[in-house]
Amino acid sequence: MRIEPKRIWKMSGNPDRDQEPEFTGHEWDGIRECNNPLPRWWLWTLYATIAWGVGYMVAYPALPLIERATPGILGYSTRAELAEDLEVASAANAPLDDRLVATNLNEIASLTDLREYAIRGGAAVFRNYCSQCHGSGAGGAFGYPNLLDDDWIWGGDIEAIHFSVSHGIRDDGDADSRYSEMPAFTELIESDEIDNVTEFVLKLSNQDHDPKMAGLGATVFEEQCSICHGEEGRGDREQGSPNVADAIWIYGGDRETVRQTIANGRFTVMPSWRERLTESQIRQVSVYVHQLGGGE
Amino acid sequence: MNNTVQILVLATVALIAAIAANYARDLAYFANMLTVLLVSGGLFIWKVKRVGEPKEVQTGYEDGVVRAGVIATVFWGIVGFLVGLIIALQLAFPVLNFEWAEGIANFGRLRPLHTSAVIFAFGGNALIATSFYIVQRTTAARLWGGNLCWFVFWGFQLFIVLAATGYLLGATQSKEYAEPEWHLDIWLTVVWVAYLAVFLGTLIRRKEPHIYVANWFFLSFIVTIAMLHLVNNISIPVSIFGSKSVQLFSGVQDAMTQWWYAHNAVGFFLTAGFLGMMYYFIPKQANRPVYSYKLSIVHFWSLIFMYIWAGPHHLHYTALPDWASTLGMVFSVMLWMPSWGGMVNGLMTLSGAWDKLRTDPIIRMMAVAVAFYGMATFEGPVMSIRAVNSLSHYTDWTIGHVHSGALGWNGMITFGALYFLVPKLWKRDGLYSLNLVSWHFWLATIGIVFYAASMWVTGIMEGLMWREVDSHGFLVNSFADTVVAKYPMYLIRAAGGGLYLIGALLMCYNLWMTVARTRTETGRIADAPVPAE
Repeated sequence: MRIEPKRIWKMSGNPDRDQEPEFTGHEWDGIRECNNPLPRWWLWTLYATIAWGVGYMVAYPALPLIERATPGILGYSTRAELAEDLEVASAANAPLDDRLVATNLNEIASLTDLREYAIRGGAAVFRNYCSQCHGSGAGGAFGYPNLLDDDWIWGGDIEAIHFSVSHGIRDDGDADSRYSEMPAFTELIESDEIDNVTEFVLKLSNQDHDPKMAGLGATVFEEQCSICHGEEGRGDREQGSPNVADAIWIYGGDRETVRQTIANGRFTVMPSWRERLTESQIRQVSVYVHQLGGGE
Repeated sequence: MNNTVQILVLATVALIAAIAANYARDLAYFANMLTVLLVSGGLFIWKVKRVGEPKEVQTGYEDGVVRAGVIATVFWGIVGFLVGLIIALQLAFPVLNFEWAEGIANFGRLRPLHTSAVIFAFGGNALIATSFYIVQRTTAARLWGGNLCWFVFWGFQLFIVLAATGYLLGATQSKEYAEPEWHLDIWLTVVWVAYLAVFLGTLIRRKEPHIYVANWFFLSFIVTIAMLHLVNNISIPVSIFGSKSVQLFSGVQDAMTQWWYAHNAVGFFLTAGFLGMMYYFIPKQANRPVYSYKLSIVHFWSLIFMYIWAGPHHLHYTALPDWASTLGMVFSVMLWMPSWGGMVNGLMTLSGAWDKLRTDPIIRMMAVAVAFYGMATFEGPVMSIRAVNSLSHYTDWTIGHVHSGALGWNGMITFGALYFLVPKLWKRDGLYSLNLVSWHFWLATIGIVFYAASMWVTGIMEGLMWREVDSHGFLVNSFADTVVAKYPMYLIRAAGGGLYLIGALLMCYNLWMTVARTRTETGRIADAPVPAE
């Protein structure tokens, strides 16, 4: 069949568009139907997509047979493609990863290329695994410490950070996890004693407080709290007890929150990452967090 | 059914509902059973009071149920658009997930309410009402089954109310567009079989020798939805007194069944069914013959044959085997021209009446609906291509795609049909104000452009941000970074939705005034607006 090029794009095969259209003779509620032929461009495009579809099914896995599907002549597989991409990426980074794991933690910062690699990789690890709690800018959130400042609970040098990331905090799935627990004092001391020691903590942290109650609270603090938080409330990194004499708080430093913390205790868990991240990734994120501003 | 049987059935249903409510294991089920108890109890009393009243024998077309359907369509439309606007604002301003409304009106509960309200309540009522209207006109026969059509109408409303209260109280199968739990699925099956019976019965009683193309589309929609509904909802209830059920399929089989269902809900509910509407209202409003009978046959059969295979394109790059993913993609691309057959037939039917676009805003609405249909059915095959999908999947691009189809095609063709139907059904001279129709047209069109354009931008942006890596292959952006970047586009989307809702409210007012203020056909008044010819 020969077709003049322009005719393909016409809406109908009718040679004369002004001619009275042919009707099918049916009529429903006043609606009649013309019997125009299929638009050429429509039909040809339909054929083209079908032809393309057949070709695509020959090239790619397509038809399920008894044992397995036809593999397609290109041998394509989404999983193989992904595995290959991952292989290429990890092979490219392998020398740097190996060096990162072999290098002493304290020396990484002085090796420019390794440090830059670790920071970029650590930033990606942080966005994926840490930002949910610590925030995508590492500024922390209610119950999750800010990692930008120099107020560290378990220590802020590179080794301490590396240990915290590796083993987590209060993660009972990891025997080496850091552990401490603040008791709920509502079961240990009287309610008015909790009120008094709350005022004393407000005094320690330089906030508005009731001097008389704070005076009474000082004794309670010495008896109950100082063993972990220190006599001046400056905290103890060995036990992961935060400094309560500054303006930085994990749960909040207002009267109500401090009282709630004392009365009910706190128990936040950070998971251990050594099973889920590679040693290189843990080192990357440790270097990343260390250089955010507060690293020691 | 005679009165005694009906009264007995109602009494039994009320009794069972009371018992089920008493033993209810969860709040959603309790609320559902209480609703059933109230409805069946109320009907029981109403029936008993009417015992002995003489039965009126009605002839002519059954238009009462169509009128009710028109009212329900407008009502659920407004509800669905409003909930859509609320959740769009919740995404832009998370603070609107109020703490006091947690567990009822947070985004997770309202989102399925929105999708079901617009697809099933608004779209479903539009389809039931227009199919009842069209099948009578094009067969020259009254609806078959006497009051069965009223059972379909009220049964469907009851389903909507039960499903909606269930969503808000936490009963869901967690399957997109198939959220209602097992007890509601059974009820919908009963209603749907009745719908099929009414439609088929009317077709069989037709006085015309041939079946009009609109009715092919409606019939394929009713039959296929029944099949999809039954297969995708195979589940075993944990207790007959609770709403929770367990799906029979699991893992990738469940996912494949679900997307076979959901894709064909789009194909047969939102495409085939609405093409049925298009094939009647466009030739009627334009007063032109349908462009090509041949095209309608070829595109009908190719559409319904190819659509049913396209579901796997929702599961590219998942646990689904590659061969299934290939088939889904190939069939989606081949579906392009069968879908466009409807657009060509609709637009070419208007040829010779193009001048009416200037004078008749209803025609304008229908033409734009068909144009959006064409756009969405081109975009769909493009997005189904694996390489495109790897960028577009899980992003807002999908949301934009759905809405250019839903707001542009389904919404606009329904509005056109409502403007056509109301004066006819209430025997009015014409619409109260064509000016308001024009306003509605522009508000809706601009709203859709805002919506679709902003979602294209955020969709492609977030797809690119997700895959952005540095020279070492490390990810550059966190998920939260993409959320922050999308904020301005979320505002534009909500504005688009707001315009669309305002347009629908104008329509509501216009239709109300048409019924309340304009004179009937017999009592013409001089200054009454006349539809453009």
